Amino acid sequence: MKLFRISGGIHPSERKELSAEKPIERLALASVLRIPLQQHIGAPAVAVVDRGDVVRKGQLLATGRGMVSAPVHAPTSGRIVSIGRFIAPHASGLPGQTITMRPDGRDEWGELPAPLDPFAVDPAAIAERVAASGIVGMGGATFPSAVKLNLRNRHTLETLVINAAECEPYLTCDDRLMRERTGDVVDGIRIMRHGLGVARAIIAVEANKPQALAALRLAVAAGGFADVAVVEVPTRYPMGSEKHLVQALTGKETPARALTADIGIVVHNVATAYAVHEAVRHGRPLISRIVTVSGGAMARTGNFEVPIGTPVSHLIEHCGGFVGEPKRLLLGGPMMGQPLSSTRASIVKGINGILALGADEAPREAAMPCIRCGSCVSACPCGLTPLEMAARIRKEELDGAVKIGLLDCIACGSCAWVCPANIPLVQYFNYAKGKLTAQQRARHKQEETKRLARLRTDRMEQQRKAKEEAMARMKAERDAKKRQADAAARAQVDA
Amino acid sequence: MIEAMGILMGLGVALGGGLGLAARLLRVEGNPVAAEIEQMMPGTNCGQCGFPGCSAAAEALAEGAAPVSLCPPGGKALATALADKLGIASDLSDMEDRGVVIAFVFEDLCIGCTKCLKRCPTDAIVGASRQIHGVVDDACTGCEQCAEVCPTGAIVMRPETDTLTTWHWPKPANRLAA
Amino acid sequence: MIAKGPVGGPHAHSGASIGRTMGLVVVALLPATAFGIYAFGWPALFLFLATIAAAIAFEAASLRVAGKPVRPFLLDGSALLTGWIVAMTLPPWAPWWIGVLGAFVAIVLGKQAFGGLGQNVFNPAMIARIFLLISFPVEMTQFLEPRPLFSAGSPGIAEGFSIFLSGHPDFDAVSSASVLGSVKTQLGQGLALSDILKGGHDTLSLAVGMVPGSLGETSAVLLVAGGILLLATRVITWHAPVAMIATMAALSGTFHLIDPQRFLDPAAHLLSGTFLFAAFFIVTDYVTAPATGTGKLLFGAGVALLTFVIRTFAAYPEGIGFAVLLMNATVPIIDHTIRPRIYGRKRSGEPIRYDEK
Repeated sequence: MKLFRISGGIHPSERKELSAEKPIERLALASVLRIPLQQHIGAPAVAVVDRGDVVRKGQLLATGRGMVSAPVHAPTSGRIVSIGRFIAPHASGLPGQTITMRPDGRDEWGELPAPLDPFAVDPAAIAERVAASGIVGMGGATFPSAVKLNLRNRHTLETLVINAAECEPYLTCDDRLMRERTGDVVDGIRIMRHGLGVARAIIAVEANKPQALAALRLAVAAGGFADVAVVEVPTRYPMGSEKHLVQALTGKETPARALTADIGIVVHNVATAYAVHEAVRHGRPLISRIVTVSGGAMARTGNFEVPIGTPVSHLIEHCGGFVGEPKRLLLGGPMMGQPLSSTRASIVKGINGILALGADEAPREAAMPCIRCGSCVSACPCGLTPLEMAARIRKEELDGAVKIGLLDCIACGSCAWVCPANIPLVQYFNYAKGKLTAQQRARHKQEETKRLARLRTDRMEQQRKAKEEAMARMKAERDAKKRQADAAARAQVDA
Repeated sequence: MIEAMGILMGLGVALGGGLGLAARLLRVEGNPVAAEIEQMMPGTNCGQCGFPGCSAAAEALAEGAAPVSLCPPGGKALATALADKLGIASDLSDMEDRGVVIAFVFEDLCIGCTKCLKRCPTDAIVGASRQIHGVVDDACTGCEQCAEVCPTGAIVMRPETDTLTTWHWPKPANRLAA
Repeated sequence: MIAKGPVGGPHAHSGASIGRTMGLVVVALLPATAFGIYAFGWPALFLFLATIAAAIAFEAASLRVAGKPVRPFLLDGSALLTGWIVAMTLPPWAPWWIGVLGAFVAIVLGKQAFGGLGQNVFNPAMIARIFLLISFPVEMTQFLEPRPLFSAGSPGIAEGFSIFLSGHPDFDAVSSASVLGSVKTQLGQGLALSDILKGGHDTLSLAVGMVPGSLGETSAVLLVAGGILLLATRVITWHAPVAMIATMAALSGTFHLIDPQRFLDPAAHLLSGTFLFAAFFIVTDYVTAPATGTGKLLFGAGVALLTFVIRTFAAYPEGIGFAVLLMNATVPIIDHTIRPRIYGRKRSGEPIRYDEK
């Protein structure tokens, strides 16, 4: 298949060898599981169980709310010990609504929905099952997958692209999944293709995963699946950015502020495809995922199938803890991953890696002034001028930064990776984006309070008027009565 | 010599006359800035600034009769925006940035007197007589009027805390290699 | 809002640093510098060392005055490099104070007065060069035929040091004009090029560098070698040098074809004076050049155009310093107008539209 060039991009040191040859290991249950209700983009799920309830594995714990949301299921059997706020797996370390359960150790499945025969049912039934199984984008974006499968209702779609680029350094969970559970992955891809109502699916794998490529090709050839194409894409970060992957495959750029669906393509992660297979063929909701544990400061690296809600500390202990003090502790890959504020936080649906970087791996923190070398401009896959955006943000000219493309930035980190002055460019951009959102929220609130104040003033005015009118009426009545009485009196006198 | 003097004098008269004429002909009546400023104000007419309402405060600001830091609910953000709008250099470094504050009711102290309900300019306090009152965070402007009328001191102003949805990355500190 | 929060990503880095970049440039300069010192002897070495030492000292003093940390900025090597480049543009037997003054102008006025590293608008070395050229035209145009170290005509250490301290006692005896200088002078006297160059200039000696000229600018071959090293290590991009060389070749070629008696041929333009040195080491200076590829093309072409105009039609035999400073002034506007196309948008900034949609 002909591939197209993407501009910019970098070649970070891959370090996948640390865990690429370690088969997926099932992690033993932790003594307590903490399951956040917000593991996806959109509205948080709403708990449907109570404290003290006994639940079975796979049972619904919290249901999705609104159009963009996802339910949460019990990763094992056990008792709900609390529903409350607990530290979230997030850079801020702030708490979020969390269900805490104590596994009973029996790991008993509850009643699961009946398996579907995917190619016999209506595509809508597949999307429905995917939604009910709580499946979200497992590459890290955690967008509810069913919403993306339902894009067929509003867009003319041609192709399903399965993102198996895994372009982040260190991470090998998708690689292992493709190698070890090839058949299930390919099945999941075909189910999604059918659910999306398109004729073909392309699975795109970076060239640095030859075994996965070979396994997939073998599985596709053995099954005689003409609807699935396995494509090797060049190893270059950020190949796994959905818009850039689509560009590499089709040569088409996704218009700014639009979806890939606008050019007829829907992109799903390869781990999502596996979850879809599990949900459709076996009725199992998304209650575990594969996580790469790696980094120079880990005693043991590997790939683990981890129940959702497992504390990160449990996983780290299982791997023998740290070697020395880790310089950085990360959720996800080193390029776009977030710092982990506490190891008490849980593994959630969107976490593909836990990295403990040693001092020799982590970048230095001190920055120098920008020397305008322009490396960031050549590295940016989005055609932006990071140096100028950062300069404007430094001066708090947020609108100026937006004018030169801040909102087109995908925060891939290529610019900061090449920067010789080590300027925290990505953090500047994240700060500006966050602050702009906050400002918008404040403006919205101001409008809302203004409206409320106006309503109240109007109401007060009405009340005052009503009172005045009532007073006037009473006075008039009183006057009339008085007049009547006077008239009567006079009449009496006259008479 | 005389020629040069003549030219310069002519220039002076012409330009000066032009300026004077322009000042007369292009004069702007009233202050259009006031309306724009009013748009920026919280609009709840809470009266903490000492003016009868936000529009009166906006007029005073436009005339330069009030400091940009007059509006407590608007906080430092509004003061900075106002200084920007009015084009005045204003040293706000002393101004305490209390951030966004919202009212909070201590349930143990609330006696359900409904005084605060009646006072709140945005109906942000909910409850009924003899019931503990609560604050709708999204509607509260932090104008403190409720706290003033509360007979039991059950209402305090608290800074709005970040949540997972409102948190954003802080601006990078200037960490220079040392 | 400045708070020490969590450390933002990415949590990986290429390892690039300002120090490494500057170091590579120094390595690239080494061959041409070594050749210059070999060709012009001990006085050149002393002048070179004095200029660099002065540059570092001025940098340290300025940083202290500005209240900035001294160590990290000295260690990044930018002052060393600026001093080095200033030294390379000086006449090899210039007295010590020329070098020290050049370093002062470059570091204090050209760089630190603008706010230090990354803030200056003009190339510091070129500011120093132009300042010295205008203030001390005699000292700055006294070139001499190469007299390689340890050869018969070369001064010994002691004599070299005295030349370094107080200049050559009888400079006129040894001095010699640079190619561009002599061409300019004699053209002004109404001579035709064929007479001046006596059947053609010696392209080979221009390329090797055995000609009168500035300390580090004579050897075209070694300068190009350094430039190739910088290109290979991706310290610089091809845009500015290629644009500069191509523009100069095209311009001088066209004029030479029109009137070979009045206009020098492209080889002489490219190989003589500061041209190649500037193409690889001056117009590729990060701080004072545009940040985008297209901007760099424009910048390089502009420098070549102005250089040609100044060399050919103006009073100065060498115009690169002026050309670079003039083009430096246009960099903000180039960077403002020329930006890459943003992904998913047209050049105008509008989102791309597909008509079939």
